[in-house]
Amino acid sequence: MSREKLVVIGNGMAGCRVVEEILKRDPDRYEIAMFGAEPRLNYNRIMLSPVLAGEKQFEDIIINGEDWYRDNRITLHTGQQVVSIDSDAKTLKTAAGLAQAYDRLVLATGSDPVVLPLPGATLQGVVAFRDIDDVDRMVAISGRGGNAVVIGGGLLGLEAAYGLSRRGMDATVVHLMDVLMERQLDHSAGHLLAEALKARGIATILGAQSEEILGQNGKVAGLKLKDGRVLPCDLLVMAVGIRPNAKLAQTAGLQINRGVMVDDAMRTSDPSIFAVGECAEHRGQCYGLVAPIWEMCRSLAETLTGVDGAYVGSTLSTRLKVSGVDVFSAGKFAGGEGCEDIVFRDAGRGVYKRIVLENGRLAGAVLFGDAVDGAWYFDLMRSQADVSEMRETLVFGQAATEGLRGLDPSSAVAAMADTAEVCGCNGVCKGVIVAEIVSKKLTSLDSVRAVTKASASCGSCTPLVERLLKLTAGDAVIEHRGSQPVCSCTDYGHGIVRKRIIEEGLQSIPAVMQALEWKTPDGCAHCRPALNYYLLCAWPGAYRDDQQSRFVNERVHANIQKDGTYSVIPRMWGGMTSARELRAIADVVDRFDIPAVKVTGGQRIDLLGVQKSQLPAVWAELNAAGMVSGHAYGKALRTVKTCVGSEWCRFGTQDSTGLGVRLERFLWGSWTPAKVKLAVSGCPRNCAEATCKDLGVICVDSGYEIHVGGAAGLHIKGTEILARVSTETAAIEMIAAVLQLYREEGHYLERIYKWMARVGLDSVVTRVVADDGQRRELFDRFVEAQSTSQEDPWADRAGGLDASEFHGLPVTLQVAAE
Amino acid sequence: MTIETINRLWIEVCAVTDIPTRGARRISGTKRPIAIFRNGADEVFALVDLCPHKRGPLSMGIVHDRSVTCPLHGQRIDLVTGELMGADAGKGCAPSVETHIENGRVFIPADAFCA
Ligand code: SRM
Ligand SMILES: Cc1cc2nc3c(=O)[nH]c(=O)nc-3n(C[C@H](O)[C@H](O)[C@H](O)COP(=O)(O)OP(=O)(O)OC[C@H]3O[C@@H](n4cnc5c(N)ncnc54)[C@H](O)[C@@H]3O)c2cc1C
Ligand code: SF4
Ligand code: FES
Repeated sequence: MSREKLVVIGNGMAGCRVVEEILKRDPDRYEIAMFGAEPRLNYNRIMLSPVLAGEKQFEDIIINGEDWYRDNRITLHTGQQVVSIDSDAKTLKTAAGLAQAYDRLVLATGSDPVVLPLPGATLQGVVAFRDIDDVDRMVAISGRGGNAVVIGGGLLGLEAAYGLSRRGMDATVVHLMDVLMERQLDHSAGHLLAEALKARGIATILGAQSEEILGQNGKVAGLKLKDGRVLPCDLLVMAVGIRPNAKLAQTAGLQINRGVMVDDAMRTSDPSIFAVGECAEHRGQCYGLVAPIWEMCRSLAETLTGVDGAYVGSTLSTRLKVSGVDVFSAGKFAGGEGCEDIVFRDAGRGVYKRIVLENGRLAGAVLFGDAVDGAWYFDLMRSQADVSEMRETLVFGQAATEGLRGLDPSSAVAAMADTAEVCGCNGVCKGVIVAEIVSKKLTSLDSVRAVTKASASCGSCTPLVERLLKLTAGDAVIEHRGSQPVCSCTDYGHGIVRKRIIEEGLQSIPAVMQALEWKTPDGCAHCRPALNYYLLCAWPGAYRDDQQSRFVNERVHANIQKDGTYSVIPRMWGGMTSARELRAIADVVDRFDIPAVKVTGGQRIDLLGVQKSQLPAVWAELNAAGMVSGHAYGKALRTVKTCVGSEWCRFGTQDSTGLGVRLERFLWGSWTPAKVKLAVSGCPRNCAEATCKDLGVICVDSGYEIHVGGAAGLHIKGTEILARVSTETAAIEMIAAVLQLYREEGHYLERIYKWMARVGLDSVVTRVVADDGQRRELFDRFVEAQSTSQEDPWADRAGGLDASEFHGLPVTLQVAAE
Repeated sequence: MTIETINRLWIEVCAVTDIPTRGARRISGTKRPIAIFRNGADEVFALVDLCPHKRGPLSMGIVHDRSVTCPLHGQRIDLVTGELMGADAGKGCAPSVETHIENGRVFIPADAFCA
């Protein structure tokens, strides 16, 4: 018997998800055909923002590859826009003239971006933000720098502005309302958001009405506001909203309002035609987020495989995808009559939380600056749990609330309902994840991602998924830790590679690639530097560094700049310098006509704009004045910042400067998985900012507090206290031991704080603090490695090493002479 | 040394062994700077030394297989065609320069030097 024909119009998020859901329930029921207007496979539209920001590539966001369509015998027509449906004849037609019959039809046509009818809206350089073509257009224009204006301060507009500013444009958001994301945020959070964006170089103009788009030679040149202001721009993004795409439904004579009207089973006014996703209107509501769409898809899949689904509408939550700006909002975030607010602010950390209660139940929440508890609040909200018992601690989040009630975080995960949603982006609930972990014996985060899609998109639920995995798979997980492959050249993770290098005595990059069956002949720019480091660390003194597997900066011992020149930063031990050093620097600057001299954020001096061929000579002069490489370019010890300490400061408890200098002199030179920064402060006022460094020391009357695991770059993270010791020598031993443990265990490019999050502070304390024997061994191994690494790379090269690296090939055209 | 093939004048630039394996050298003095690469299989390639992305010096990149990863932002470029690879395939190209190898010496066309 031939199968029923199911045709899906729209190869987007809803269209594909509904097919997945159907296949899950009854894989052989339909002969499926899909039509997509976009000329490509199905991708995760919400991840266009990270693609625009350069944080992901298009391949990373493809949801279903060609093999998925093939394996499930789905006929995919890409680049085919359906233009009409004849619901009597049960056929449809595409713009290219293709006709197709159906038994059942699903409309998943999404929505169209709203284009404001302003004069100039059709100029070149005016774009919407909806599909990958829009992203490509924006990326192309951003390559030339310049100004971008984004109309619309909602989620999409802000993500567009963020992406463009990451691409090097000066971005300004023009918003009609007085509050950014006013549909999700209250005034306080909106204000904090505007400040956070400003700190990232994105300007916002609120309460601004756009009047006209100005052009020059057919291209956009500026935006004129009602108040007369003109904002010059090379790119104008309109992100002012979306309109359900219901045009096609009209040709079929279906009932439409704002969107295509559907009942709880997702059926339209024609019993053979269904609609899901943004194009659908259900109980008067159109949705523009994926979570409700997943629910609709489940309901429709049920309808299409036997039992009518019963979709009842969705509660919504929103997260903004701008790195480093945590924003979460759900429900009645702004309170209202009969509601009670609990507000928490921490100005120092830039955190604002507002929890709205109604009749002892959670009705809404806005979180700014710290949104880790978003999923927990959302879950409480949807389950309508009585929260009056935990009212006092509610605003401090799950850990505090449950900690005080004697629950540990893993029991909280255990207590979560099976229907509780874990991954909002992909609509995966706890029950599904646990079932897959058990039935497929999953033991790694990656395999859970691959099978369930949980945590595969924005990643904010990763900690929760990891906890679930640990809880469900138990010890099996530990063994597989680190099984995230190093890169696409291999299936092995960093941990296994490091282990096998030692166990099998592998001595060179080709030997490792052979033994571990690398899939590419030469590796790539990700794995080669990693392997080079692992070998160097495993066989100190014996392994010969492979220059061609190092990033240019480490090969030429300077930092490459955007124009191909280099920067030179000599060490200034513990931030101390002298008249002699400063004079020598001044002389070098004059002699080599170095265009810029800058004080760095690491308490030393940067000479910028040096030509590559000048480097050895510049170094020779700095060497002559006693200065050596500051390794500002290396996965190595960078700086040891200090404050003045007891030598000068009226509050100083110990000689922080002296200790900093000792530490830097002792630790410099060795290679590490990622860069390592230290600081030593003379008292808890902490002027050297030791508590956001990889390793820090805070001096106190009784001795030294050793801190680990801080960072203040892409992520801001305060340190944790490792130990308190009473002498400088003990402090140095402790620090060197931690550093060696990190050198031996860290994955390449994994900063200390990430390594610590992976292995746990406890495991570091056990080995380095509690066990004197192990600490001593680690320390000794560090000293041994240092014996071959404390040679100034500048002196070597000023002396002629790798000379050819610094000079081009001296070829000239001498035809005339021959 | 120069050699002439049919209608073509080739200029010697270096020995193959002057280029580090899985590395590159840069020739200046040409119309546009040229990067000469040697990969793990001892094949030699030459491209104009300007990344199609933001003009990064490809000669400073990491060479693997028949490609180089640009040092500035990590785009991968095909050494044979000079085209960007991966997601940006087809979006830009570092013009390739012909090479000719004879007795272990590398030659490039004289036109590369003409202004
Ligand atoms: C020169 C300097 C900025 C300045 O003018 O002050 C600087 C310049 C660069 N930083 Fe930085 N960072 C500088 C201090 C910092 C600091 C502040 C500090 O060290 O106290 C931080 C935050 C602290 C931290 O690391 O936790 C910082 C966090 C970063 C990050 C983010 C790291 C992270 O793990 O999140 C990067 C990106 C990376 O390493 O991948 C980065 C990368 C860079 C690079 C190397 C980008 C690159 O790959 O080309 C810049 C090189 C420019 C150049 O060639 O000179 N720089 N960078 C500072 C050099 C300090 C020094 O004396 O060596
Ligand atoms: C940049 C961006 C960021 C976002 N971020 C988030 C987020 O963080 N969280 C969140 O929940 N949501 C987010 N969204 C919204 C989310 O992507 C949408 O809600 C979701 O994609 C809607 O799915 P859909 O299938 O209804 O529509 P779409 O994914 O748009 O799919 C519709 C498809 O149908 C095709 N089509 C239309 N008409 C026809 C026709 N006549 N013939 C053939 N094909 C047709 C279209 O070309 C399109 O490919 C974001 C959206 C964008 C644009
Ligand atoms: S120096 Fe650091 S913060 Fe400044 S632009 Fe470069 S990487 Fe960014
Ligand atoms: S300049 Fe080459 S990747 Fe950006």
